[in-house]
Amino acid sequence: MIVGRVVANVVSTEKHPQYVGYKLLMVQPIDINGQPKGKSILALDAVQAGIGDTVLVVDEGGSARSALGDEKALTIRTAICGIVDRIDIEATT
Amino acid sequence: MKLGRVVGRVVSTKKMPCIEGLKLLLVQPLDHLQQNAGPIIAAFDTVKAGEGDLIFFESGKEAAQANPNGWFNPADAAIIGIVDAMNTEETR
Repeated sequence: MIVGRVVANVVSTEKHPQYVGYKLLMVQPIDINGQPKGKSILALDAVQAGIGDTVLVVDEGGSARSALGDEKALTIRTAICGIVDRIDIEATT
Repeated sequence: MKLGRVVGRVVSTKKMPCIEGLKLLLVQPLDHLQQNAGPIIAAFDTVKAGEGDLIFFESGKEAAQANPNGWFNPADAAIIGIVDAMNTEETR
């Protein structure tokens, strides 16, 4: 799973039929200090996330489809499956 | 899924029968600020996208599933949708 921050929402009318009805959000992965790390990805929202939220993203087909509760949507690969409340990390010395 | 922009098209005559009839486009992956993010790739089109369109595409096994000719084919990128609008933190 990827921890990231929602940086944009994306509106699309013309899309593959299996994607109809889902909210599409852009997520920037973050590192342990909350700094952006790596390339941003698009994910379908399963948990009513919004811009600014720290979220958990699954980037694997089976996991994403079970998060969305749609086993038949075989073209779906990435989904937001949780909103992060807090991250506790070990203090560095 | 990733955001991208269609920057060209690819014409191929001699190809595998299972990928015949599909439009192949060149896609430049973009980040949330629409800056270039990575090398240009070729992707199959499922939504009648055209040159200059802002789109999103799927990669990996799931892209092959989007092929209307059946799922068993050698494709690893497919254009899934055309972006109408994007709201980022900066534009809010």
